[in-house]
Amino acid sequence: MKKTLLNAFAAAAMAVSCALAPVTGVHAQEKTLRMALHADLTVLDPTFTTAYITRTFGYMMYDTLFAMDAKGEPQPQMVDHYKTSEDKKQWTFTLRDGLKFSDGQPVTAADCVASLQRWTARDNIGHTLAAAGGKWQAVDDKTFTLTLERPFGLVLDGLAKVSSYPAFILPERLAKMPADRPLTEVVGSGPYLFKRDEWLPGSKVVFVRNPDYVARSEAPSGLSGSKHSNVDRVEWIVLPDSNSAIAALKNKEVDLIEQTPPDYIEPLRAESDIHVGVIEQNQAYMVLNQAFPPFDNIKARQAVAHVINQAEFVAAMGYPPDLRRDYCATFFICGSANDTDAGSQPYAKPDLDAAKQALSESGYKGEKIVVMLPTTPTYLNSATLVAIQALQTLGMNLDIQSMDWASMTARRSKKVPLNQGGWNVFLSSASEFNVNSPLNNTYLAASCGNTLPGWPCDKELDKLRAQWIASIEPDKRRQLLEQFQTRAYQAFPNIPVGQFSRTFSANKSLKHLDLMWSIPNVWVLDK
Amino acid sequence: MGYVVRRLLSVVPVMLVVAVIAFLLIHLSPGDPAALIAGDFATADDIARLHTALGLDEPLWRQFGLWAGKLLQGDLGTSIFTHVPVTQLLAQRVQPTLSIALLTMSLSILIAIPLGVLAAYRAGTWIDRLVMVFAVLAFSVPVFLVGYLLIYGFAVKLQWLPVQGYTDLSHGVWPWLRNLILPCVNLALVYIALITRMTRATVLEVLHEDYIRTARAKGLSVLPVLEHALRNAAIPIATTVGVGIALLIGGVVVTETVFAIPGLGRLVIDAVEHHDYPVIQSVLLISAAAYVLINLLIDLSYRLFDTRIRY
Repeated sequence: MKKTLLNAFAAAAMAVSCALAPVTGVHAQEKTLRMALHADLTVLDPTFTTAYITRTFGYMMYDTLFAMDAKGEPQPQMVDHYKTSEDKKQWTFTLRDGLKFSDGQPVTAADCVASLQRWTARDNIGHTLAAAGGKWQAVDDKTFTLTLERPFGLVLDGLAKVSSYPAFILPERLAKMPADRPLTEVVGSGPYLFKRDEWLPGSKVVFVRNPDYVARSEAPSGLSGSKHSNVDRVEWIVLPDSNSAIAALKNKEVDLIEQTPPDYIEPLRAESDIHVGVIEQNQAYMVLNQAFPPFDNIKARQAVAHVINQAEFVAAMGYPPDLRRDYCATFFICGSANDTDAGSQPYAKPDLDAAKQALSESGYKGEKIVVMLPTTPTYLNSATLVAIQALQTLGMNLDIQSMDWASMTARRSKKVPLNQGGWNVFLSSASEFNVNSPLNNTYLAASCGNTLPGWPCDKELDKLRAQWIASIEPDKRRQLLEQFQTRAYQAFPNIPVGQFSRTFSANKSLKHLDLMWSIPNVWVLDK
Repeated sequence: MGYVVRRLLSVVPVMLVVAVIAFLLIHLSPGDPAALIAGDFATADDIARLHTALGLDEPLWRQFGLWAGKLLQGDLGTSIFTHVPVTQLLAQRVQPTLSIALLTMSLSILIAIPLGVLAAYRAGTWIDRLVMVFAVLAFSVPVFLVGYLLIYGFAVKLQWLPVQGYTDLSHGVWPWLRNLILPCVNLALVYIALITRMTRATVLEVLHEDYIRTARAKGLSVLPVLEHALRNAAIPIATTVGVGIALLIGGVVVTETVFAIPGLGRLVIDAVEHHDYPVIQSVLLISAAAYVLINLLIDLSYRLFDTRIRY
């Protein structure tokens, strides 16, 4: 009897311990990198939306013909070699050997041409390239050409464009699908495979290393070089609550947080096992609706620019002093290749008298001005509050309308007067790769007739931009860039309000954190 | 049986009203999914093209007709953003939310009813006061704050339990339970407080009834007396528990957000933020149906406690 009881107890204990023991998952032996990104992935087509999360998904799934290295120079990526004519109007590109899509099909010149035609239709560099008479043509399976009617100094920069839209290479059949709605099928040319069966929208996105991906032999640098993944599996974990995300990082449930919330940067720096690193520069900017009074008048825009104190904006956003610039004179990111202070002098310091003078000359008579105040994200909410204070010092009659981000994105695209739901002012921010040149900069690149919220239009800027694009001589290009910015400081397509550094946070046990660049180029990381 | 059928049929007009109100509220609120899909640097032309592609430029009555027509065929539609069928999204989210709801309510009942009975039996003593202080505290402290404290104590400092996430039950009982302990304790505190107070109040009332006094005078010991009292106090307690379950299904948003659990609460919040109309409408409809059905079950359960009740 005693023995039976003992046996029964042992069996029960074994059953309980089996139930309580952690299950050895199928992925236990794999190296898995878990990261919390800034948003949930909803759209799978990086040729369709400018949303950063989809762009980042694009870099996991697709490769590009050229890619930016850590110095911001375009380097061949899928392309093996290329040549160009002396007048830069004829380009020939040859693909590397052995490139394959994730469905096992080879990457051909026809796929590249179709992908580039899709990109040309959507991207502003692509548009400009088409306007220069650019035509893509496949020569054979591995070779294709670009023929231009007019010189275009940015062919390689365009093909290596970081954000948004990068010139990703898709299979021809997908690239030729109608561009009026997002692609839902994912057949990539990049270093990872998308595990659709494990995708849980709002919770988790899973990737595994693409066994067919042929990496370059050069060491990784920026987005160029080898993209051979050091980890077998990457999981994007959606952690909507910042506090929980930080706790998960400390508890080693995630290895990396892509964007550290500003107010957590200092506490995390104090943690001995967590590394906080700069991932990219960002620029916050103010958009004034130029389709309607008072900001259809250049003087009214100049008046607002005169009361901008960038130090106050970046301080309000909550970034520590070493991650924000008290003043940045350029529209194109301080420290970048296009950094210049041309034209900035009158606006280097706030000047209320000059602002009031300009406002008076604009003919503003106290009409209502609608400011859209987003409740999220927090840093834009804070920056908008500073903007409101600045506009109030000018004596403007403000109607401050608080709304969620979704409502603001919908509202700002409406080109209607205030009495029909229009608006006058909003603030936003952009990655350095969306502002660092006259062609990447969303607002400065918008020529007259654009449909960008705010509807900026300045014919002089259009002329200077076209000259800058056509120029292939470095000194001349620099001179044109300075003239372009000088004009931007008169016309104000938008008003930069401050530059700050976005940071990521990661467990120090991750290897090669020093190679992180621009977006989560996770293939460089190892555990 | 007739009563049950009548109650089930009464669900139909309720669902119709919910469907119309949900559709109108969502479509008339500001915000535009096309603008969100198109991204931050999209032009008005990009957004307009997407509007047409998604059918969002159709008149509202036509959009409602299309949605209702599909609904009658059992098709809840497809998410505007992810292009995943809403039924699939719901199927992925039901298990976490149901797990939280059932574990939370089990934990709450197991703790709250004995605690409430004890407080009633020892009414006016330090035990009673202690229980009531706990109940007031559990009611008063916000759920998210308790959540953060639990995470800090049991996940970050002691490292006994994970901060976030959910493991499917198919991976084993312990991995499943491990992720649910903190969120369920977090949520249960409020329900323990609620049910404890309700149990105490109703049992205390019953304990003053003549038949209880008679039973005790006849020498019945404490436990059988309390069992009688609890049985007679059961109807309000069952109602509280039932309403609690119904509210829990729709009310786990904060807990699911703090602990990053991919349940129905998170799904609806994400859908509202994105203006993903088919998902919001479907979750609202299902929540309403669950609420009505749970209420029906509560009503039917009354007969278990009091056989005199007839429908």
